[in-house]
Amino acid sequence: MELAAILAVPALASGLSLSPLGRRFAALITLVAAAIVLGLAASVAIGVMRSGRLDALDQWLTCDALGALILLLVAFVGFTAAIFSWGYIGGRAEQQAKIQRYYCLYNLFLLSMLAVPLLANVALMWIAVELTTLLSAFLVGFEDTAEALEAAWKYVVLTTLGAVLALLGFLILYWGSRVAGLEPFTWVGLAEAAPHMPPALLWPAFLLILVGFGTKVGLVPMHTWLPDAHSQAPASICALLSGVETTTALYVILRLFPVVGSAPGLDARPWFIGFGLVSVGIATLLLIYVRDFKRMFAFSTVEHMGIILVAAGLGGAEAHIGAAYQITGHAIAKSFCFFAAGMTVMAAGTQEIAAVRGLIRSSPLSALALVAGGFAIAGAPPFAIFVSELVILKAGLTSGQYLAIALLAFFVVVAFCAVMFHVNRMAFGVPERDTPVKAAPLSCKVTLALAAIPLIAIGLYVPGPLQELLNAAASAMGG
Amino acid sequence: MTSASFPVISALDALTGALFLLTALGVVATRQVLASLQLFILQSLLLALSAVLLGIGLGSPHLLAVAAITIATKTLMIPWLLRHTVSAEVYRTREIERVLNIPSSLLISAVLIMVAYAVANPLLNAVDVPFAHVNLPLGIAAMFLGAFTIAVRREAVPQLLGLLAVENGVFFAGIAIVPNLPVIAELAAAVDVPVITLVIGLLTRQIHRRLGTTSVGRLAALREE
Repeated sequence: MELAAILAVPALASGLSLSPLGRRFAALITLVAAAIVLGLAASVAIGVMRSGRLDALDQWLTCDALGALILLLVAFVGFTAAIFSWGYIGGRAEQQAKIQRYYCLYNLFLLSMLAVPLLANVALMWIAVELTTLLSAFLVGFEDTAEALEAAWKYVVLTTLGAVLALLGFLILYWGSRVAGLEPFTWVGLAEAAPHMPPALLWPAFLLILVGFGTKVGLVPMHTWLPDAHSQAPASICALLSGVETTTALYVILRLFPVVGSAPGLDARPWFIGFGLVSVGIATLLLIYVRDFKRMFAFSTVEHMGIILVAAGLGGAEAHIGAAYQITGHAIAKSFCFFAAGMTVMAAGTQEIAAVRGLIRSSPLSALALVAGGFAIAGAPPFAIFVSELVILKAGLTSGQYLAIALLAFFVVVAFCAVMFHVNRMAFGVPERDTPVKAAPLSCKVTLALAAIPLIAIGLYVPGPLQELLNAAASAMGG
Repeated sequence: MTSASFPVISALDALTGALFLLTALGVVATRQVLASLQLFILQSLLLALSAVLLGIGLGSPHLLAVAAITIATKTLMIPWLLRHTVSAEVYRTREIERVLNIPSSLLISAVLIMVAYAVANPLLNAVDVPFAHVNLPLGIAAMFLGAFTIAVRREAVPQLLGLLAVENGVFFAGIAIVPNLPVIAELAAAVDVPVITLVIGLLTRQIHRRLGTTSVGRLAALREE
């Protein structure tokens, strides 16, 4: 029941956002809907922990632990970003219709992301992933500047091209499961069919989906659109794009991992580790030279996606728990960073790292948030990503994959230094001139405070139920 | 069961496939936006024709539905959407700005077609399905050519047509390898393609209004220094 309601609520809210009651009503209804979705997602997660899997609507909707984890993270960021939108978008002197369109698309975008882990049929799930791009295109281009439109264009064309490649992969996968004699085109059905599928079909299908959806995840070398889109969209949308949209596409690739793994003679692990390490390495390099702080957070997303892919490829329960923990830490920390970046843009009026100096004096809250967020995504203790990266490195060492681990550790350390160097200069550097500072809206401060709770909490202490969810999600990624 | 069981349908499908590939080459090589669009419509009609032939050959009513949806969305709805969002771009006669000249483009296209056959071969050796030996390599080739079109075109509408040609290629392969797929083809074709066109069309209009050009290839404000 909750599964269907989770999809119905944002659908309803998107329609109501366009009502003649105006922009404040649209903002309010979006906020209420996001809160309800978060509550429902939490109840789904609890239900999944009790019974292992939830089904609804004649098994068209389904949710296991890995799905529940993604669902919970999407719902959480959807909620905090809705609060952030209140002041960040709602406070602008834009036309009423444009603001209402923003909220309508916001709800639809959220709906498409929530649908990805819930749809049982793999073909429908493909459409949901495709819709996440198409529904967010105008949110990326919302600022209506030359840069924002360029970013939206690259985003739509490249990720749609990737999705169409992935479609051929899914068609071949369906072909394979028919050859193996199994009908339901679901993840469960695929896992059963995989050992009987001809490897000559399964392997190209896997590569097509890895490259196709890898484009949406932002894996190097298909990442070129990502820093543009994630730096030009409004901060509230960046939080969703970077925090969870990339993860929903990665979720599909992670689902594929045990399917390929169960086929005799196929090994996806070198591809996961290879793609992951290249992404981490290139992102680290780009992090050193970056000039725009929103782009910096975008490159950090590419880095994190690479780390998760490497962790999945290392194999073993330990590494997969690390991956699930990293997914969680990334969603929470990265959305927090973009909220902080949005506050900084509002305070300083620029996205250039070099133009922001001594923020701690002019806008202490933004500076504090930037530093905390920077520490969190770079992987400093006591934040979650420190723990997850440690778990992943340790798991790799235990299983004897020294070269991959050495490279990963090196990149992670360099990336840490790069992020901290930039953030430190922005917060504590000596300002060249005094710039007038605008006060941040209350709703943005509330968002930061709310998002900070899990940011700090889960690094220090993972509550029992969450730990169980992470473990179960890790086992869904296969051994 | 092999495609030898239906010699006439097989031959017709091979002919359709050859024409399908020619239209894909045409989309790469043509100089005008309107001609590009007309070639795309022709390509979609050939896709529908192949779906009908396979539908008869394999006795699959699903494929007849795919054909009907293809005609409705790709030959009627997409031209209509483009006319209503970016008519000036489509119906003004002028040359498309391109990165590479036509002879070199066609030479690269020839290489891409050979690569497509090399890619499709191991799959066909693994599983014998009727018609797949025509549709799979040609579909993959059309897919490559569509992607190549996106790479060499600098303008918005031609890039969109390249993207839709990639999708046509995927479906051309798809109708042979999964003739009775339940919802994918129907829903993907019915929902996805018009939404892509609408979103990209509206975005193109916004870019044109804002920047006075649709040469998206020239937009290069965002990059690493």
